[in-house]
Amino acid sequence: MSYLHIGKNFTPPDIHGKVTGKARYAEDYSVDGMVYARLYTSPMPHARVVEIDADEALAMEGVFGILTAEDVYPTEAPAPTLLTNEPVYVGDPIFAIAAIDEKTAEDALKKVRVKLEPLPFSVDPVTSLKPDGPSARLEGNIYPREMRSLHWSAEDVERFVTGREPTGPAPSEWSYGDLEAGFDNAALILEESFVTTGYAHMSMEPRSVLSYWQNGRCHVHGSTQSQSFVVPFLARMLGIEQKDLVFVAEYCGGGFGSKISAYPVLAIPGYFSKKLGRPVMLRITREEEYYVGSARVGFQGWIKAGFTREGRVSAVDLYIVQDLGSQQAGGDASSAGGAISILYQPDAMRLRDVPVLTNTTPRGPQRGPGQNQIAAIFEPMMDKAARELGLDPVAIRRLNAPDSSATLNANQGPVTSAYMKEALDRGAELFGWSERIKKSGQRNGSKVTGIGVGQGYHSAGANGFDGLVRITPDGRIHLHSGVGNLGTYSYAATTRAAAEALKCNWENCIVHHGSTEENLPWSSYQAGSNTTFTHTRANYVAAEDAIRKMKLIAAQVLGGTPDQYDIADERVFDIGNAARSLTYGEVAAKAVELGGEFSGETWPEDIHEVTQRAVQGIAGTGLIGVAKDNLPVRGTVPGLTVGFIEIELDLETGKHEIVDFLAVAECGTVLHPLGLAGQLRGGAVWGFGMAGLERHVYDPQNGLPANVGYYQTRPPTYLDIPAHMEWSAVDIADPDNPVGSRGVGEPAMGSATAALMCALSDALGGHLFNRTPVTPDVVVNHVSGQGQSHGPLATNTF
Amino acid sequence: MNVNLSRRRFIKGVIASSAAAASSAAWYSAAADDRPAGTVERLVVLNVNGRKRPVDVLPQETLAFTLRYKLGLTGTKLGCNRGECGACTVLVDDINHYACSMLTHSVRGRAVTTVEGLQDASGALHPVQQAFIDELAPQCGYCTPGQIMSAVALLRENSEPTRQEVREALSGNLCRCGAYDHYLNAVMTASKRMRARGQIT
Repeated sequence: MSYLHIGKNFTPPDIHGKVTGKARYAEDYSVDGMVYARLYTSPMPHARVVEIDADEALAMEGVFGILTAEDVYPTEAPAPTLLTNEPVYVGDPIFAIAAIDEKTAEDALKKVRVKLEPLPFSVDPVTSLKPDGPSARLEGNIYPREMRSLHWSAEDVERFVTGREPTGPAPSEWSYGDLEAGFDNAALILEESFVTTGYAHMSMEPRSVLSYWQNGRCHVHGSTQSQSFVVPFLARMLGIEQKDLVFVAEYCGGGFGSKISAYPVLAIPGYFSKKLGRPVMLRITREEEYYVGSARVGFQGWIKAGFTREGRVSAVDLYIVQDLGSQQAGGDASSAGGAISILYQPDAMRLRDVPVLTNTTPRGPQRGPGQNQIAAIFEPMMDKAARELGLDPVAIRRLNAPDSSATLNANQGPVTSAYMKEALDRGAELFGWSERIKKSGQRNGSKVTGIGVGQGYHSAGANGFDGLVRITPDGRIHLHSGVGNLGTYSYAATTRAAAEALKCNWENCIVHHGSTEENLPWSSYQAGSNTTFTHTRANYVAAEDAIRKMKLIAAQVLGGTPDQYDIADERVFDIGNAARSLTYGEVAAKAVELGGEFSGETWPEDIHEVTQRAVQGIAGTGLIGVAKDNLPVRGTVPGLTVGFIEIELDLETGKHEIVDFLAVAECGTVLHPLGLAGQLRGGAVWGFGMAGLERHVYDPQNGLPANVGYYQTRPPTYLDIPAHMEWSAVDIADPDNPVGSRGVGEPAMGSATAALMCALSDALGGHLFNRTPVTPDVVVNHVSGQGQSHGPLATNTF
Repeated sequence: MNVNLSRRRFIKGVIASSAAAASSAAWYSAAADDRPAGTVERLVVLNVNGRKRPVDVLPQETLAFTLRYKLGLTGTKLGCNRGECGACTVLVDDINHYACSMLTHSVRGRAVTTVEGLQDASGALHPVQQAFIDELAPQCGYCTPGQIMSAVALLRENSEPTRQEVREALSGNLCRCGAYDHYLNAVMTASKRMRARGQIT
């Protein structure tokens, strides 16, 4: 299909500010009379606050006040707290002090006498599950959607850490098919235990926040991935009505799942500002960002997988102990199971899940939460199966790959469409797989070549959100995007579905985004790779509503019936006599004159209250197109990717170098080629970090984190990536999206992490590490035949 | 300093010239104390983006702090404030430096260039900035000013770098979005265009 805007590159309106320094992130704002807050964070991994004596601090010149847990939104364990009297990890904010400048606030913190009573703590889920293991919280140690206590027998623990089939009770479970029959039918059964580390998101922009009150409304300048989606949650956290919140998040310096919606720090300055009657800036330091900035859920687990002689996956039994950190989290284990269910289409499957709280930094969704951890573990197992069955790694994946008849998850529901075989074929051809695989194991001095292929999946689309467009009498088309600006440019790219439907020039379009004051519609969370699918739909239905109204107006002004009219070249014209026409500007002027639904004085009943307020804000300024996305959707929307990699692993140093990498996306019609390229390559960089670099270390004796700096956690740098990264896309339209597109940001990481894990294994003759990250010391220990420095299935240790 | 210029008049001038500067609170902090005997002069004139900028600087103040909170040049970002990430990279006498790890007093008499100083007098973008747009190089954009400043410094030293040389030159600038490949594309594009136009040789 030929498109005007879809599949074409464009210059997103916010990029100019990014290269000139004019882009304003939350901490770049300042207002008159602004004072500065600093946080007092817990020095203990778990404690009870006995007393806070701030008299001396509050008497200091330049100190304005203190904010404690009693002043803010109360929550129930294990929900995140703004401030707390029961800190549950080192770095948990207990109170804040505001002063004339940060130094004074910091000096004042030192004058506050805080009495803490230490409480038991744990930094490893398995330690907590022991018969007399410590609980991370007073209410218990596990959170299967409610706080409970769970302790295994000593034998259960022993079996688990030694990699035998777990016998410890698991509070959550799902399954489908006949597992026993699946294993009975298997010619090959593999059993592996594994650990994946849960490391920090570490967005480049620490989550600093500025708040002030003006005319009874709370203004918040924050850093969030989403825009409109944040509003109801932040308003509730601040204890105010949505209409009284002005929320500005025009730019977000990275989130990766850690800034999806309203997080606790976002509300602290709002409360403090109200208490003091002054604007409050809370600058978050890099170290604090490691505390309050969230991390990935860690896994300790066991997998048993059955394969037929032909290489079909007949059964998968998956058992995962999740490290949830200290607050409400989870869902990663089930998502991991879901990813296996779609990527390999096993005949039968079971997931057992033990979600355990630890006194480590709070966890939350991180790029491909669950799917990407399991990709790092299960894909090398596919290679092991291929070796044992005498199959090619691409061939065994192709044999099991999902197509449009695929089913997934416990309910074995359908997908909107899937073309994974096509993605594997395209990648194998572009990468020259059949020749490349012959280099596997080649030695060059101390270096050995490893070749890998990996697959990634994430559900990539939602529905039911609103779209809003406006045409003003000057002929300009205003595209109101409630989508957050998380760096993918999807806030703008998805509005091009409306421009496409309206057949208008992009140069005549103005994208409104980034602030509630811009009158933005209710929009989805900018997470879960869903924005592309979800908001091309919402923008499309809003444009359709505008077109319907334009035709009604044309018929009223020029005569005839609406179905006599069509649109082209920013005019509404009579199909039978194109000379009878109105420009978009003329129709917009008429809409203002007519009022009612045409100019936004009335609106559809089913739109969200956020959208209703937006329509009220622009009513009477032009022709308004507004609608909720009620288009049909027949199943889960899959985002699929494949990664191909060649590495050289130095057996003397344990370091690897990535020689070549190719990513192939299966995400429906390509919406924005350069944006897609950015996501595929950026996702791959994340994958390289997970597989080989990124660390999460806690001292088990004192519960202290040893990863509060970039140099300790080791995110990838320029020198950790290949000199070139190629990409391609299958580019087959998804039938449930009006422009055929789906999202893909998260699987792009999973396929890269899987490919690198497979290549590391390949370079070592098929050895499975079954742990992430595979750091050089782990490789050297293996190559030299020494034991590893970590205990069996230990986590947060490397 | 002009001996006829009183401290009060100087400070008034500083305030006027720093209209975009941060809050009165930051100003209070900087202006509150008189200089103890034996310490450095606090009232200084910096050369920033080709302009003379009078400013009151504390002895321990970093260049990033001065630029962001006193001169209102918030294009220089603070990602870590401790020399790990490169988001605060600026040029001092055409050499890239982490502004979070330099004392402002150390740049007296030297030319400081921030991302705000790259556009020419007509407002046209620097070729590196334009290439960053054309290659859709930034994602979240937070590290972008630092990446651009490192790239500008590199191209002044080496007009025709290899991709490997660009990787090494920019390796002190982290990007959590992983936009590295696009940044590399952009620097190579900028190098090519600048050489074609004779802007670098």
